[in-house]
Amino acid sequence: MSLPPLVEPAAELTVDEVRRYSRHLIIPDFGMSGQKRLKNAKVLCVGAGGLGSPALLYLAAAGVGTLGIVEFDTVDESNLQRQIIHGQSDIGKSKAQSAKESVLEANPYVNVVLHEERLEADNVMELFAQYDLIVDGTDNFATRYLVNDACVLLNKPYVWGSIYRFDGQASVFWAEHGPCYRCLYPEPPPPGMVPSCAEGGVLGVLCASIGSVQVNEAIKMLTGMGDPLLGRLMIYDALEMTYRQVKVRKDPECAVCGKNPTVTELIDYEAFCGVVSEEAQEAAAGSTITPRQLKEWMDADENIYVIDVREPNEYEIVSIPGAVLIPKGEFLMGGALESMPQDKRIVLHCKTGVRSAEVLAVLKSAGFQDAVHVGGGVIGWVNQIEPEKPVY
Amino acid sequence: MAIEVRIPTILREYTGGAKAVEGNGKTIDELIVDLESRHAGIRNRLVEENGELRRFVNVYLNDEDVRFIDGIASALDDGDSVTILPAVAGGA
Repeated sequence: MSLPPLVEPAAELTVDEVRRYSRHLIIPDFGMSGQKRLKNAKVLCVGAGGLGSPALLYLAAAGVGTLGIVEFDTVDESNLQRQIIHGQSDIGKSKAQSAKESVLEANPYVNVVLHEERLEADNVMELFAQYDLIVDGTDNFATRYLVNDACVLLNKPYVWGSIYRFDGQASVFWAEHGPCYRCLYPEPPPPGMVPSCAEGGVLGVLCASIGSVQVNEAIKMLTGMGDPLLGRLMIYDALEMTYRQVKVRKDPECAVCGKNPTVTELIDYEAFCGVVSEEAQEAAAGSTITPRQLKEWMDADENIYVIDVREPNEYEIVSIPGAVLIPKGEFLMGGALESMPQDKRIVLHCKTGVRSAEVLAVLKSAGFQDAVHVGGGVIGWVNQIEPEKPVY
Repeated sequence: MAIEVRIPTILREYTGGAKAVEGNGKTIDELIVDLESRHAGIRNRLVEENGELRRFVNVYLNDEDVRFIDGIASALDDGDSVTILPAVAGGA
Protein backbone atom coordinates (compact mmCIF):
# COMPACT_ATOMS: atom_id res chain seq x y z
CA MET A 1 0.00 0.00 0.00
CA SER A 2 1.30 3.44 -0.83
CA LEU A 3 -0.10 6.75 0.39
CA PRO A 4 -0.05 10.23 -1.13
CA PRO A 5 2.60 12.62 0.24
CA LEU A 6 1.66 14.28 3.51
CA VAL A 7 3.25 17.59 2.58
CA GLU A 8 3.13 19.88 -0.44
CA PRO A 9 6.53 20.96 -1.83
CA ALA A 10 8.05 24.27 -0.73
CA ALA A 11 8.30 26.84 -3.51
CA GLU A 12 12.04 26.45 -3.96
CA LEU A 13 15.38 25.42 -2.49
CA THR A 14 18.12 28.01 -2.04
CA VAL A 15 21.53 27.53 -3.69
CA ASP A 16 22.96 26.58 -0.28
CA GLU A 17 20.24 24.00 0.22
CA VAL A 18 20.82 22.46 -3.20
CA ARG A 19 24.51 22.00 -2.31
CA ARG A 20 23.69 20.58 1.11
CA TYR A 21 21.09 18.10 -0.07
CA SER A 22 22.74 17.09 -3.35
CA ARG A 23 22.96 13.37 -2.41
CA HIS A 24 19.18 13.37 -1.96
CA LEU A 25 18.52 15.41 -5.07
CA ILE A 26 20.31 13.01 -7.40
CA ILE A 27 18.20 10.03 -6.24
CA PRO A 28 15.73 9.72 -9.14
CA ASP A 29 12.68 8.87 -6.99
CA PHE A 30 13.43 11.54 -4.40
CA GLY A 31 14.77 14.54 -6.28
CA MET A 32 13.84 18.19 -5.92
CA SER A 33 10.23 17.34 -5.23
CA GLY A 34 11.02 15.10 -2.24
CA GLN A 35 13.47 17.59 -0.78
CA LYS A 36 11.03 20.48 -1.17
CA ARG A 37 8.39 18.45 0.63
CA LEU A 38 10.78 17.84 3.53
CA LYS A 39 11.54 21.56 3.64
CA ASN A 40 7.84 22.28 4.08
CA ALA A 41 7.33 19.48 6.64
CA LYS A 42 6.62 19.99 10.33
CA VAL A 43 7.53 16.99 12.48
CA LEU A 44 7.08 16.75 16.24
CA CYS A 45 9.34 14.43 18.19
CA VAL A 46 8.01 13.51 21.61
CA GLY A 47 11.07 13.01 23.80
CA ALA A 48 14.74 13.78 23.10
CA GLY A 49 16.02 10.62 24.76
CA GLY A 50 16.98 7.18 23.43
CA LEU A 51 14.80 7.09 20.32
CA GLY A 52 14.48 10.86 20.03
CA SER A 53 18.26 11.40 19.81
CA PRO A 54 18.94 9.60 16.53
CA ALA A 55 15.49 10.48 15.20
CA LEU A 56 16.02 14.22 15.65
CA LEU A 57 19.54 14.19 14.24
CA TYR A 58 18.54 12.29 11.10
CA LEU A 59 15.33 14.29 10.58
CA ALA A 60 17.41 17.46 10.88
CA ALA A 61 20.17 16.27 8.57
CA ALA A 62 17.58 15.15 6.02
CA GLY A 63 16.26 18.70 5.82
CA VAL A 64 12.88 18.56 7.61
CA GLY A 65 11.99 22.26 7.74
CA THR A 66 10.40 22.46 11.17
CA LEU A 67 11.26 20.16 14.05
CA GLY A 68 9.32 20.37 17.30
CA ILE A 69 10.75 18.80 20.44
CA VAL A 70 8.65 17.97 23.50
CA GLU A 71 10.96 17.39 26.45
CA PHE A 72 11.01 18.58 30.08
CA ASP A 73 13.91 16.52 31.46
CA THR A 74 17.56 17.44 32.02
CA VAL A 75 20.61 15.55 30.74
CA ASP A 76 21.96 12.94 33.15
CA GLU A 77 25.30 11.16 32.88
CA SER A 78 23.50 7.80 32.55
CA ASN A 79 21.79 9.09 29.36
CA LEU A 80 25.02 9.44 27.41
CA GLN A 81 25.48 5.70 26.75
CA ARG A 82 22.73 6.00 24.11
CA GLN A 83 21.33 9.54 23.82
CA ILE A 84 23.84 10.73 21.26
CA ILE A 85 22.22 14.11 20.72
CA HIS A 86 23.58 15.12 24.14
CA GLY A 87 27.22 15.29 25.24
CA GLN A 88 29.41 15.43 28.31
CA SER A 89 29.20 19.23 28.58
CA ASP A 90 25.37 19.05 28.50
CA ILE A 91 25.05 17.18 31.81
CA GLY A 92 22.56 19.07 33.98
CA LYS A 93 21.32 21.12 31.03
CA SER A 94 17.76 21.05 29.68
CA LYS A 95 17.50 18.20 27.16
CA ALA A 96 15.37 20.37 24.90
CA GLN A 97 18.06 23.07 24.76
CA SER A 98 20.84 20.54 24.34
CA ALA A 99 18.94 18.81 21.53
CA LYS A 100 18.27 22.12 19.80
CA GLU A 101 21.97 22.99 19.78
CA SER A 102 22.89 19.61 18.28
CA VAL A 103 20.16 19.86 15.65
CA LEU A 104 21.30 23.32 14.58
CA GLU A 105 24.90 22.13 14.44
CA ALA A 106 23.78 19.28 12.15
CA ASN A 107 21.67 21.61 10.01
CA PRO A 108 21.27 25.35 10.65
CA TYR A 109 18.41 25.58 8.14
CA VAL A 110 16.02 23.73 10.46
CA ASN A 111 13.48 25.76 12.40
CA VAL A 112 13.57 24.16 15.87
CA VAL A 113 10.56 24.72 18.15
CA LEU A 114 10.98 23.71 21.79
CA HIS A 115 8.07 22.65 23.96
CA GLU A 116 9.67 22.38 27.37
CA GLU A 117 6.75 20.83 29.14
CA ARG A 118 5.40 17.44 30.05
CA LEU A 119 2.97 16.15 27.43
CA GLU A 120 -0.45 16.12 29.09
CA ALA A 121 -4.07 15.73 28.06
CA ASP A 122 -4.55 19.51 28.36
CA ASN A 123 -1.71 20.53 26.00
CA VAL A 124 -1.38 17.63 23.56
CA MET A 125 -4.12 18.65 21.12
CA GLU A 126 -2.86 22.20 20.67
CA LEU A 127 0.72 20.93 20.27
CA PHE A 128 0.00 18.14 17.78
CA ALA A 129 -2.30 20.34 15.68
CA GLN A 130 0.77 22.38 14.63
CA TYR A 131 2.53 19.39 13.02
CA ASP A 132 2.14 17.05 10.03
CA LEU A 133 3.44 13.92 11.74
CA ILE A 134 4.35 12.74 15.25
CA VAL A 135 7.44 10.65 16.09
CA ASP A 136 7.11 8.91 19.45
CA GLY A 137 10.22 8.43 21.55
CA THR A 138 8.63 8.26 24.99
CA ASP A 139 9.24 5.67 27.65
CA ASN A 140 5.95 4.91 29.36
CA PHE A 141 2.52 3.52 28.55
CA ALA A 142 0.52 6.52 29.80
CA THR A 143 2.23 8.88 27.35
CA ARG A 144 2.02 6.38 24.50
CA TYR A 145 -1.75 5.97 24.85
CA LEU A 146 -2.06 9.76 25.18
CA VAL A 147 -0.06 10.26 21.96
CA ASN A 148 -2.09 7.60 20.16
CA ASP A 149 -5.49 8.92 21.16
CA ALA A 150 -4.56 12.52 20.34
CA CYS A 151 -3.27 11.38 16.91
CA VAL A 152 -6.52 9.51 16.21
CA LEU A 153 -8.66 12.47 17.30
CA LEU A 154 -6.59 14.89 15.17
CA ASN A 155 -6.11 12.41 12.29
CA LYS A 156 -2.30 12.60 12.46
CA PRO A 157 0.07 9.79 11.43
CA TYR A 158 2.06 8.45 14.35
CA VAL A 159 5.46 6.78 13.92
CA TRP A 160 5.96 4.50 16.88
CA GLY A 161 9.02 2.69 18.21
CA SER A 162 9.82 0.73 21.32
CA ILE A 163 13.03 -0.73 22.74
CA TYR A 164 14.06 -3.08 25.54
CA ARG A 165 17.46 -4.69 26.12
CA PHE A 166 18.29 -6.21 22.68
CA ASP A 167 14.80 -6.08 21.17
CA GLY A 168 13.04 -3.33 19.29
CA GLN A 169 9.76 -2.79 17.50
CA ALA A 170 8.47 -0.14 15.15
CA SER A 171 5.24 0.61 13.33
CA VAL A 172 3.19 3.41 11.84
CA PHE A 173 -0.30 4.12 13.14
CA TRP A 174 -2.83 6.23 11.30
CA ALA A 175 -6.47 5.53 11.99
CA GLU A 176 -7.72 7.08 8.75
CA HIS A 177 -5.70 4.65 6.64
CA GLY A 178 -5.10 1.72 8.99
CA PRO A 179 -4.79 0.64 12.60
CA CYS A 180 -3.94 2.74 15.66
CA TYR A 181 -1.86 1.69 18.67
CA ARG A 182 -4.96 0.57 20.56
CA CYS A 183 -5.76 -1.81 17.69
CA LEU A 184 -2.39 -3.43 18.42
CA TYR A 185 -2.64 -3.33 22.23
CA PRO A 186 -6.15 -2.48 23.49
CA GLU A 187 -4.97 -2.10 27.08
CA PRO A 188 -1.70 -1.46 28.88
CA PRO A 189 -0.24 -4.09 31.18
CA PRO A 190 -0.80 -3.64 34.90
CA PRO A 191 1.97 -1.55 36.47
CA GLY A 192 4.97 -3.55 37.58
CA MET A 193 4.42 -6.38 35.10
CA VAL A 194 6.50 -4.98 32.24
CA PRO A 195 9.86 -3.49 33.20
CA SER A 196 11.09 -0.20 31.72
CA CYS A 197 14.52 0.44 30.20
CA ALA A 198 15.49 2.11 33.50
CA GLU A 199 14.76 -1.20 35.23
CA GLY A 200 15.75 -3.69 32.56
CA GLY A 201 18.39 -1.84 30.57
CA VAL A 202 18.81 -1.19 26.86
CA LEU A 203 21.70 -1.65 24.46
CA GLY A 204 22.61 1.90 23.44
CA VAL A 205 22.89 1.28 19.72
CA LEU A 206 19.40 -0.29 19.68
CA CYS A 207 18.11 3.30 19.88
CA ALA A 208 19.72 3.99 16.51
CA SER A 209 18.41 0.75 14.98
CA ILE A 210 14.82 1.63 15.85
CA GLY A 211 15.09 5.44 15.74
CA SER A 212 16.43 5.25 12.20
CA VAL A 213 13.53 3.03 11.13
CA GLN A 214 11.20 5.67 12.54
CA VAL A 215 12.93 8.42 10.54
CA ASN A 216 12.87 6.23 7.44
CA GLU A 217 9.10 5.86 7.79
CA ALA A 218 8.60 9.56 8.57
CA ILE A 219 10.48 10.57 5.40
CA LYS A 220 8.44 8.11 3.31
CA MET A 221 5.16 9.43 4.65
CA LEU A 222 6.14 13.09 4.26
CA THR A 223 7.27 12.62 0.65
CA GLY A 224 4.85 9.86 -0.40
CA MET A 225 7.57 7.36 -1.30
CA GLY A 226 7.43 3.60 -0.91
CA ASP A 227 5.18 1.46 1.27
CA PRO A 228 4.72 2.80 4.78
CA LEU A 229 5.02 0.49 7.79
CA LEU A 230 1.29 0.92 8.34
CA GLY A 231 -0.59 -2.23 9.29
CA ARG A 232 2.71 -4.02 9.92
CA LEU A 233 4.81 -4.38 13.04
CA MET A 234 8.55 -4.67 12.53
CA ILE A 235 10.27 -6.78 15.18
CA TYR A 236 14.03 -6.43 15.47
CA ASP A 237 16.29 -8.81 17.38
CA ALA A 238 19.79 -7.36 17.75
CA LEU A 239 21.32 -10.62 19.01
CA GLU A 240 20.02 -12.73 16.12
CA MET A 241 20.23 -9.74 13.77
CA THR A 242 16.83 -10.43 12.32
CA TYR A 243 13.94 -8.24 11.27
CA ARG A 244 10.56 -9.96 11.25
CA GLN A 245 7.12 -8.63 10.47
CA VAL A 246 3.65 -9.41 11.72
CA LYS A 247 0.34 -7.96 10.57
CA VAL A 248 -1.41 -5.25 12.53
CA ARG A 249 -5.10 -5.25 11.72
CA LYS A 250 -7.48 -2.39 12.25
CA ASP A 251 -9.74 -3.55 15.08
CA PRO A 252 -13.40 -2.80 14.31
CA GLU A 253 -14.00 -2.94 18.07
CA CYS A 254 -11.15 -0.49 18.84
CA ALA A 255 -12.11 1.85 21.70
CA VAL A 256 -10.83 4.93 19.91
CA CYS A 257 -10.83 4.26 16.14
CA GLY A 258 -13.41 1.45 15.87
CA LYS A 259 -16.99 1.52 14.60
CA ASN A 260 -18.48 2.47 17.96
CA PRO A 261 -15.71 4.27 19.81
CA THR A 262 -16.02 4.62 23.58
CA VAL A 263 -13.04 6.97 23.81
CA THR A 264 -14.15 10.11 21.97
CA GLU A 265 -12.03 12.59 23.91
CA LEU A 266 -8.82 12.36 25.90
CA ILE A 267 -9.02 10.45 29.18
CA ASP A 268 -6.97 10.27 32.40
CA TYR A 269 -3.97 8.27 31.14
CA GLU A 270 -2.20 7.97 34.49
CA ALA A 271 -5.31 6.30 35.86
CA PHE A 272 -5.73 4.18 32.69
CA CYS A 273 -2.18 2.85 32.91
CA GLY A 274 -1.71 3.04 36.68
CA VAL A 275 1.72 4.11 37.85
CA VAL A 276 1.82 1.82 40.86
CA SER A 277 -0.88 -0.81 41.29
CA GLU A 278 -3.63 -0.18 43.83
CA GLU A 279 -2.48 -3.17 45.87
CA ALA A 280 1.04 -1.77 46.05
CA GLN A 281 -0.19 1.69 47.01
CA GLU A 282 -2.31 0.22 49.74
CA ALA A 283 0.54 -1.95 51.02
CA ALA A 284 3.00 0.94 51.00
CA ALA A 285 0.69 3.30 52.89
CA GLY A 286 2.01 3.42 56.46
CA SER A 287 4.67 0.79 55.66
CA THR A 288 7.27 2.93 53.91
CA ILE A 289 10.47 3.86 55.72
CA THR A 290 13.21 6.30 54.73
CA PRO A 291 16.81 5.27 54.06
CA ARG A 292 17.73 7.14 57.29
CA GLN A 293 15.26 5.03 59.28
CA LEU A 294 16.82 1.87 57.82
CA LYS A 295 20.29 3.11 58.78
CA GLU A 296 19.08 3.77 62.35
CA TRP A 297 17.61 0.27 62.57
CA MET A 298 20.87 -1.21 61.29
CA ASP A 299 22.96 0.81 63.75
CA ALA A 300 20.67 -0.18 66.62
CA ASP A 301 20.94 -3.87 65.62
CA GLU A 302 17.18 -4.19 65.19
CA ASN A 303 15.93 -7.65 64.31
CA ILE A 304 15.45 -7.00 60.59
CA TYR A 305 16.00 -8.92 57.34
CA VAL A 306 16.81 -6.60 54.40
CA ILE A 307 15.87 -7.91 50.95
CA ASP A 308 16.90 -6.31 47.66
CA VAL A 309 14.26 -7.22 45.04
CA ARG A 310 16.21 -5.93 42.02
CA GLU A 311 17.99 -8.04 39.38
CA PRO A 312 21.47 -9.55 39.97
CA ASN A 313 23.30 -7.16 37.63
CA GLU A 314 21.74 -4.16 39.37
CA TYR A 315 22.85 -5.59 42.72
CA GLU A 316 26.36 -5.87 41.32
CA ILE A 317 26.46 -2.14 40.49
CA VAL A 318 25.51 -0.91 43.93
CA SER A 319 23.78 -2.39 46.97
CA ILE A 320 22.86 -1.64 50.56
CA PRO A 321 25.25 -3.38 53.00
CA GLY A 322 23.81 -6.65 54.30
CA ALA A 323 20.88 -6.75 51.88
CA VAL A 324 20.01 -10.20 50.51
CA LEU A 325 19.21 -10.34 46.78
CA ILE A 326 15.87 -11.98 45.91
CA PRO A 327 14.55 -10.59 42.57
CA LYS A 328 10.92 -9.47 42.38
CA GLY A 329 10.00 -12.29 39.99
CA GLU A 330 10.72 -14.91 42.65
CA PHE A 331 8.05 -13.36 44.85
CA LEU A 332 5.53 -13.05 42.03
CA MET A 333 6.03 -16.70 41.09
CA GLY A 334 5.60 -17.70 44.72
CA GLY A 335 8.88 -19.51 45.32
CA ALA A 336 10.54 -16.89 47.51
CA LEU A 337 7.77 -16.69 50.10
CA GLU A 338 8.62 -20.10 51.56
CA SER A 339 12.13 -19.02 52.50
CA MET A 340 11.09 -15.86 54.34
CA PRO A 341 12.20 -15.73 57.99
CA GLN A 342 9.25 -15.72 60.41
CA ASP A 343 11.14 -14.23 63.36
CA LYS A 344 12.49 -11.07 61.72
CA ARG A 345 10.93 -7.92 60.38
CA ILE A 346 11.31 -7.86 56.61
CA VAL A 347 12.60 -4.67 54.96
CA LEU A 348 12.34 -4.57 51.15
CA HIS A 349 14.06 -2.24 48.75
CA CYS A 350 14.64 -1.88 45.00
CA LYS A 351 16.07 0.93 42.86
CA THR A 352 13.54 3.66 43.65
CA GLY A 353 10.67 2.02 45.55
CA VAL A 354 8.23 0.92 42.84
CA ARG A 355 9.16 -2.77 42.60
CA SER A 356 9.59 -3.09 46.36
CA ALA A 357 6.05 -1.74 46.84
CA GLU A 358 4.75 -4.46 44.50
CA VAL A 359 6.57 -7.15 46.48
CA LEU A 360 5.37 -5.60 49.74
CA ALA A 361 1.78 -6.18 48.58
CA VAL A 362 2.59 -9.86 47.99
CA LEU A 363 4.22 -10.23 51.43
CA LYS A 364 1.36 -8.48 53.24
CA SER A 365 -1.22 -10.69 51.61
CA ALA A 366 0.86 -13.70 52.68
CA GLY A 367 0.62 -12.55 56.30
CA PHE A 368 3.84 -10.59 56.83
CA GLN A 369 1.96 -7.65 58.29
CA ASP A 370 4.94 -5.80 59.78
CA ALA A 371 6.99 -5.86 56.56
CA VAL A 372 8.07 -2.45 55.24
CA HIS A 373 9.82 -1.09 52.15
CA VAL A 374 12.34 1.70 51.67
CA GLY A 375 10.94 4.74 49.85
CA GLY A 376 13.45 5.94 47.26
CA GLY A 377 15.23 2.57 47.24
CA VAL A 378 18.98 2.17 46.84
CA ILE A 379 19.16 5.51 44.98
CA GLY A 380 17.74 7.25 48.05
CA TRP A 381 20.14 5.27 50.23
CA VAL A 382 23.18 6.37 48.23
CA ASN A 383 22.03 10.01 48.16
CA GLN A 384 21.40 10.16 51.90
CA ILE A 385 23.70 7.59 53.52
CA GLU A 386 26.57 6.54 51.25
CA PRO A 387 27.04 9.35 48.67
CA GLU A 388 30.42 7.93 47.63
CA LYS A 389 28.71 4.95 46.00
CA PRO A 390 27.62 5.02 42.33
CA VAL A 391 24.03 5.40 41.11
CA TYR A 392 22.70 4.20 37.78
CA MET B 1 2.24 -31.75 16.67
CA ALA B 2 5.35 -29.68 17.16
CA ILE B 3 4.82 -25.93 17.24
CA GLU B 4 7.70 -23.50 17.58
CA VAL B 5 6.92 -20.83 20.18
CA ARG B 6 9.00 -17.65 20.29
CA ILE B 7 9.36 -16.31 23.80
CA PRO B 8 9.84 -12.56 24.42
CA THR B 9 12.67 -11.31 26.63
CA ILE B 10 10.45 -10.56 29.61
CA LEU B 11 9.03 -14.09 29.73
CA ARG B 12 12.31 -15.97 29.31
CA GLU B 13 12.56 -16.28 33.10
CA TYR B 14 10.04 -19.11 32.67
CA THR B 15 11.94 -20.91 29.91
CA GLY B 16 15.37 -20.91 31.50
CA GLY B 17 16.42 -18.13 29.14
CA ALA B 18 15.37 -19.96 25.96
CA LYS B 19 14.21 -17.68 23.12
CA ALA B 20 12.19 -20.40 21.47
CA VAL B 21 10.62 -23.57 22.82
CA GLU B 22 8.57 -26.36 21.31
CA GLY B 23 5.02 -27.12 22.32
CA ASN B 24 2.02 -29.19 21.31
CA GLY B 25 -1.68 -28.61 20.99
CA LYS B 26 -4.53 -28.38 18.53
CA THR B 27 -5.32 -24.82 19.62
CA ILE B 28 -3.48 -21.87 21.17
CA ASP B 29 -5.23 -22.71 24.44
CA GLU B 30 -3.94 -26.30 24.43
CA LEU B 31 -0.50 -25.09 23.45
CA ILE B 32 -0.35 -22.72 26.44
CA VAL B 33 -1.48 -25.49 28.80
CA ASP B 34 1.25 -27.71 27.34
CA LEU B 35 3.85 -24.95 27.83
CA GLU B 36 2.71 -24.50 31.44
CA SER B 37 3.48 -28.18 32.16
CA ARG B 38 7.17 -27.52 31.44
CA HIS B 39 7.42 -23.79 32.16
CA ALA B 40 5.36 -23.25 35.30
CA GLY B 41 4.00 -19.72 35.67
CA ILE B 42 3.93 -18.78 32.01
CA ARG B 43 0.20 -19.37 31.52
CA ASN B 44 -0.67 -16.81 34.18
CA ARG B 45 1.30 -14.19 32.27
CA LEU B 46 -0.65 -14.88 29.06
CA VAL B 47 -4.17 -15.78 30.09
CA GLU B 48 -6.78 -13.93 32.17
CA GLU B 49 -8.78 -15.63 34.90
CA ASN B 50 -11.71 -15.81 32.47
CA GLY B 51 -9.61 -17.96 30.13
CA GLU B 52 -9.10 -15.29 27.44
CA LEU B 53 -5.73 -13.98 26.35
CA ARG B 54 -4.59 -10.92 28.28
CA ARG B 55 -5.25 -7.70 26.37
CA PHE B 56 -1.66 -6.46 26.59
CA VAL B 57 -0.16 -9.71 25.28
CA ASN B 58 -0.38 -10.40 21.57
CA VAL B 59 -0.03 -13.92 20.24
CA TYR B 60 0.75 -14.32 16.55
CA LEU B 61 0.06 -17.50 14.63
CA ASN B 62 2.67 -17.23 11.90
CA ASP B 63 2.26 -13.50 11.09
CA GLU B 64 -1.40 -13.11 12.07
CA ASP B 65 -2.66 -11.81 15.43
CA VAL B 66 -4.87 -14.59 16.86
CA ARG B 67 -7.34 -11.97 18.14
CA PHE B 68 -8.33 -11.65 14.47
CA ILE B 69 -8.62 -15.43 13.98
CA ASP B 70 -10.39 -17.26 16.83
CA GLY B 71 -8.51 -15.84 19.79
CA ILE B 72 -7.28 -18.44 22.24
CA ALA B 73 -9.30 -21.10 20.39
CA SER B 74 -7.42 -20.53 17.12
CA ALA B 75 -6.50 -23.86 15.53
CA LEU B 76 -2.88 -24.91 15.05
CA ASP B 77 -1.24 -27.05 12.40
CA ASP B 78 1.99 -28.98 12.63
CA GLY B 79 4.89 -26.71 11.74
CA ASP B 80 3.12 -23.48 12.66
CA SER B 81 5.13 -20.82 14.39
CA VAL B 82 3.69 -18.93 17.35
CA THR B 83 5.13 -15.61 18.55
CA ILE B 84 4.28 -14.11 21.92
CA LEU B 85 4.67 -10.33 22.01
CA PRO B 86 3.72 -8.40 25.13
CA ALA B 87 3.43 -4.60 25.04
CA VAL B 88 6.73 -2.83 25.77
CA ALA B 89 6.94 0.92 26.23
CA GLY B 90 10.66 1.65 26.50
CA GLY B 91 12.03 4.45 24.38
CA ALA B 92 14.21 6.70 26.47
